[in-house]
Amino acid sequence: MAEKRYVRAVNEALCEEMERDPAVCLLGVDVGAPGGPFGATRGLQERFGPQRVRDTPISEAAVVGLAIGAATLGLRPVVEVMFMDFLALVMDQLVNQAAKMRYMTGGQARLPLVVRTQTGYRDSAGPQHAQSLEAWLTHVPGLKVVMPSGPYEAKGLLKAAIRDDNPVIVVENRTLYGLAEEVPDEEYVLPLERAAVKREGQDVTIASIGIMVREALAAAEALATRGISCEVIDLRSANPLDLQTVRTSLEKTSRLVIAHSATRCGGVGAELAAALGEEAFYLLDAPITRVGAAFAPIPFSPPLERAIVPDRTAIIAAVERVLTP
Amino acid sequence: MPAEQLDGEVARHLLATMLIIRAFEEAVRDHFAAKHIPGFIHLSIGQEAVAAGLASALERDDYLYVTHRGHGHVIAKGADLKRVAAEIFGKAAGYCRGRGGSMHIAAFEVGVLGANGVVGAGLPHAAGAAWALQLQGRQQVAVAVFGDGAVNTGIFHETANIAALWRLPLLLLCENNGYAEFTPLSVHAAVESVTERAAAYRLPAWRVDGQDPLAVRAAVCEALKRVRAGEGPALVECLTWRLRGHYEGDPQRYRSPSELQEAAAHDPLRLFAERLRREALLSESEEAALAAQAREAVAEAIAYAQEAAFPDPASALEDVLYQPSEAG
Repeated sequence: MAEKRYVRAVNEALCEEMERDPAVCLLGVDVGAPGGPFGATRGLQERFGPQRVRDTPISEAAVVGLAIGAATLGLRPVVEVMFMDFLALVMDQLVNQAAKMRYMTGGQARLPLVVRTQTGYRDSAGPQHAQSLEAWLTHVPGLKVVMPSGPYEAKGLLKAAIRDDNPVIVVENRTLYGLAEEVPDEEYVLPLERAAVKREGQDVTIASIGIMVREALAAAEALATRGISCEVIDLRSANPLDLQTVRTSLEKTSRLVIAHSATRCGGVGAELAAALGEEAFYLLDAPITRVGAAFAPIPFSPPLERAIVPDRTAIIAAVERVLTP
Repeated sequence: MPAEQLDGEVARHLLATMLIIRAFEEAVRDHFAAKHIPGFIHLSIGQEAVAAGLASALERDDYLYVTHRGHGHVIAKGADLKRVAAEIFGKAAGYCRGRGGSMHIAAFEVGVLGANGVVGAGLPHAAGAAWALQLQGRQQVAVAVFGDGAVNTGIFHETANIAALWRLPLLLLCENNGYAEFTPLSVHAAVESVTERAAAYRLPAWRVDGQDPLAVRAAVCEALKRVRAGEGPALVECLTWRLRGHYEGDPQRYRSPSELQEAAAHDPLRLFAERLRREALLSESEEAALAAQAREAVAEAIAYAQEAAFPDPASALEDVLYQPSEAG
């Protein structure tokens, strides 16, 4: 086991899967010779050639469309869409095309397609480069959406996404790209639809996703010093949601805080809360509480951004709230 | 094949294909009017020569992406009429098990990989298929059929640029019927010639009479010679006439009576049959026999579709995602 940076874990996942299966190929703006805007594809064009690691024009919609056609003929394309905000440019191809291709053709099409994209957290990227838009995607049947919270997850989930025969959107987090953590040396793949318990606890369950898993862990650590024991769940997948893991945790804690960096309004947390309200209401001793961004664009200036995008202090406050009799 | 060298067998095959498409579209028109078909319908009546000419120049294993007005191309490519009809009637025996309908008939067994309800959206799919063919070192080509309306979408230009840049084995086939839905070319395009617009990407392009199946076939053959030789994509613009509205039930208030008359005068079936008779390649009895065969095949397909079972509602959630346990 060695420590590896998140972006390195992504790079290894791509490299291993390209070694393993000649059908895997990469497409995207700057993914080839430049090695990716964040270095995720560094060295891959040298290794696998310009045909399999292809720089594209800034034509996101066509590039995702290209990947759809190529996947239909048996390639396993991995497209990089540089910022999650730019998914707005490819929504027709994702929503009306990729998500429906198998269904609409009555099962004739199989679409092993991955879209890698990334969002960030409190890094002054401004209104058009910092959104967490996963809820747009989770509303659409036919797409899977995962959000790796660290290097281990980044590698294991991306490898699983590439091997999956459905369109999978992998939302990485650029703020974590430089973070180094232990990643197994041996090959591993993480299931796309399973959440993981990152820290066990008795009093409150914090279900979180993406970078907010790290804030939730920090909050749990701080609360532990005050004798409050939190169970932290990394949902990993925004769609499908692993309700069972959260439910099992609630059988123990009876209290739930949900944390994501996306805006609370219509977010993945809203779906999780509603689903558990329907199916596990009797397990709850307190109202489900959500932590998410305020309903505003993400501002540039650091104090403004901190006012909009929540962190561990908001999670701590939410935990205190659900514990208040 | 140059248009002037009239090969009787090819010509009769083209006419037969056009007759089947016409008979099929007329049957769909009537059954839609009689409310036997749900949803909405876009007919290709008037544009049959493009479908017939194009398909006759393709190999069976070439790939084709078509439009919301796509019945004709799917039939011409060799799809089973019964399963096409069953799809349009929303039946389980349809190519897409009733999940796609008229606008989304895909018939993978004959290389039709998709028909799109979003104008222009299928263009990059064809380019992607072409890219896969290039990467896999295969000899086939991919074809994207689209209308003049699609040329104004951003994705047309994104796709044309990438296809030209990567020298993809792709044929862009424009059915220029002069209308983007209800809006005429003069109102929707700054440059009315699609061929001229293709020049910006240095796509070799042919502009032909889309009412003449031999002209379409000749242009497609010539274009495909380059495409198959690895010289990159090409474009064929077929000038054609839509004899019906954008959709069935469209009152076409935007078209004057004289324009509709002019359209009717461009009926490709009548024009082509007359020409074949003139050139003594087709007798009246041969024409009647071909027409009867077409009607019979279509009647059989429609009867099959009408009698076929609707999908089981319990199957509605199948194929949302591919499940690894599924065979194939």
